[in-house]
Amino acid sequence: MTHKTTTIIAEPSKQELFITREFNAPRELVYRALIEPELLMQWLGPREMAMNIDSNEIKPGGFWRFTHTSPKGMVHGFHSAIHEATFPERIIRTFEYEGLPERGHVSLETATFEALDGERTRLVIHSVFRSVADRDGMILSGMERGVNDSHERMDELFGKLASRFNK
Amino acid sequence: MLTQNRNMDTRRDVFHAIADPTRREILGLVAAHPQNLNSIASNFGISRPAISQQIKILVECGLIDIQQKGRERICEVKPQKLAEVTDWLEGFRKQWEQRFSELDELLEKMKKEVTDYHKTPKK
Repeated sequence: MTHKTTTIIAEPSKQELFITREFNAPRELVYRALIEPELLMQWLGPREMAMNIDSNEIKPGGFWRFTHTSPKGMVHGFHSAIHEATFPERIIRTFEYEGLPERGHVSLETATFEALDGERTRLVIHSVFRSVADRDGMILSGMERGVNDSHERMDELFGKLASRFNK
Repeated sequence: MLTQNRNMDTRRDVFHAIADPTRREILGLVAAHPQNLNSIASNFGISRPAISQQIKILVECGLIDIQQKGRERICEVKPQKLAEVTDWLEGFRKQWEQRFSELDELLEKMKKEVTDYHKTPKK
């Protein structure tokens, strides 16, 4: 039986978090869905945002960048440097949101694809941040998002997050 | 090191409260149903004073209330405070849940394509 529940582990005062989820598909497919642009665009972005992937070098040392554009035209950019991409087992990369007032709030993400019985997969994303505040900021962005689903709120939130990092 | 410990002792918020596994377990027990100290302590292999100390921290963090009921002192959770902690992760979790359920749909499509491919007679 697949546990189709997303588990988040983020212990207080730590710089890391874990996102765990099982899928009813072999890991080769889950891996592809996480890196191939035409697949990634079908699930990653919020529905109302237009997603664009403008750099897509999935190999060690490769550069990867995508943007979400809100209906109001606000562009949110994110980019990664790929450290390792081992099909279909593991992807290790950096991750940075470009909208923060200060550059360098980077996290290191490791996605592992574990093959389970019956052509299933357990995906674990482990993110390590530079500070507890960075990690908490990332989680808080999700909290706001979960509560308010509209794009205006999203823009507002990025503004709030930005002021948080300004302090 | 001493200073650090003192800082930890003086920090009293919900996140400090749930940082310790014993305290998390106590919260779980009391959230399931309000009970007194002896009843809580009977679930642990550590001394009653040690449990009492953890409960004291939970009270100071505002997560637990102690009500005097007759001769008994009953520990109860304060649900609003507890919500501060769970809500904190819940929105983030929902965000990923939303993405992953879209990913489920995509994977179903991908699986079907793979099957169709194998069903198609090869030249």
